[in-house]
Amino acid sequence: METMRERFIATATELLDTDARLAVVLADISTAQFAPAAARHPDRVINVGIREQLLISVAGGLALAGLRPIAHTFPPFLIERPFEQVKLDLTHQDVGVVLVSSGGSYDMASMGRTHQSPGDVALLDTLDGWTIHVPGHPDEAEALLRDAAGTDGRVYLRLSSEANPRPRPAPSGRFEAVRTGTAGTVLAVGPMLQPVLEATAGLSLTVLYATTIRPFDARALHQAASAAQAADVVLVEPYLAGTSSHQAADALADRPHRLLSLGVSPTELRRYGTPAEHAAAHGLDPASLRRRITAFLR
Amino acid sequence: MTTASPARTTQTFGYNDLHRLMSLMTGDEKHGPAATSTLDVLWVLYDRVLNVDPGHPEAPQRDRFLLSKGHGPMAYYAVLAARGFIDEALLPGFGGFDSPLGHHPDRVLLPGVEISSGSLGHGLPLAVGTALGLRALRLPRPRVFTLVGDAELDEGSNHEAIAFAGAVGLENLHTVVVDNASATHGWRGGIAARFEGDGWSVRTVDGHDHAALAAAFTAPHPGRPHLVVAVVEPKE
Repeated sequence: METMRERFIATATELLDTDARLAVVLADISTAQFAPAAARHPDRVINVGIREQLLISVAGGLALAGLRPIAHTFPPFLIERPFEQVKLDLTHQDVGVVLVSSGGSYDMASMGRTHQSPGDVALLDTLDGWTIHVPGHPDEAEALLRDAAGTDGRVYLRLSSEANPRPRPAPSGRFEAVRTGTAGTVLAVGPMLQPVLEATAGLSLTVLYATTIRPFDARALHQAASAAQAADVVLVEPYLAGTSSHQAADALADRPHRLLSLGVSPTELRRYGTPAEHAAAHGLDPASLRRRITAFLR
Repeated sequence: MTTASPARTTQTFGYNDLHRLMSLMTGDEKHGPAATSTLDVLWVLYDRVLNVDPGHPEAPQRDRFLLSKGHGPMAYYAVLAARGFIDEALLPGFGGFDSPLGHHPDRVLLPGVEISSGSLGHGLPLAVGTALGLRALRLPRPRVFTLVGDAELDEGSNHEAIAFAGAVGLENLHTVVVDNASATHGWRGGIAARFEGDGWSVRTVDGHDHAALAAAFTAPHPGRPHLVVAVVEPKE
């Protein structure tokens, strides 16, 4: 299957041809794939070299000049390394930007901790005005990118090599009920949908699906939790466990509820291997998810 | 985007009014070298060099001035007041909760202020992006100027920007380093050599000599970004 990253590059290349306001900023990652676009638009496909602070600052400067910048690299080098630039050169300057990462939490499992940043969403969550998309399929990634390119806000598009086998209908920004049940509610974010569907097969649970996690669709979660026999809610996020716990707690503040927040642990695994092995190590494979969810629901 | 619009004054002032305007913020009639190290550079830029109009602070064809060294902005605010960007009546509120004049400037609160600054090492990289953006928009006329301090160059983010701007020959980019010898470990071989090695055009001038500053800011530098080192008295 075509990856989200490949679809991002193809879509951005097409959008550069049609939208003169758009610019792509790179830091030596994905530059070969963007070479045809760079040949056609040398002023709007900019590779700053291995300079990730400058990657973000240049995006900020382009936005100040009136362009719609898309900055792209692997997540540790897009969010964590230049975090003060994200905070000041984008957020505090109050400019719009599209940040597109590719690499998820442990897509690059064999590369070790240096190439993993499960904390990216939690970090951005400390800043004002970010829309955060976590698509679960290349079709969803494309739709979200097209939408982001056409607006003026600050958008983080988090791409992963982990994907669901089939796309859901066009992303709406809302949590979508994929399955309806009575015993509780599970929110699956992006690529976690397929493992969650496998894990909850045969259980009477409502499964909500999110491709947009900020803003958080508190209303949909509240509605689903209220409709069930008990306000028992499980979050399954493909990044740092608990990233959306406070949002879920706020959404359910008016009723007694129980919350289980599953995701990537901050523990230093010091393991290489494959994404599937890392998913299992973090308890995010279907078998572990089923065990943890059924234990929580009792 | 500028959302607030503090009343502009139609009256403008000259260089001799700057100390009085600064006094409205500091309460002191006399200002030491620390407060005034950037004053002449700022005045020359706004008086003789920059194509900016307080009546149209967001005009696409304007020159961009990015104050990177946002610490100690009294001289900056005084010059903006003198040139009619902000009302003199705002100056006494400096640093207050309801004042748009903070101890570090905020672009969202003040017309004519291109960036919010305070944390060091952000203005020059943002200026690189702005210069690239103007080039991509086919706006060859506007120039981009940024002011940094010599100690501010300690921040590594500057060196990403210096090397890249030199490598791609970013001609519409201008950096002025106000050098009061305050960098803790100094700059071996000098600041100008650091930029020159990365392909910049460089000039070093007396940071209080208006004619020399104006000439340095407007010297031709085809195909290269331009550095002006404005040397002032060492920080005591």
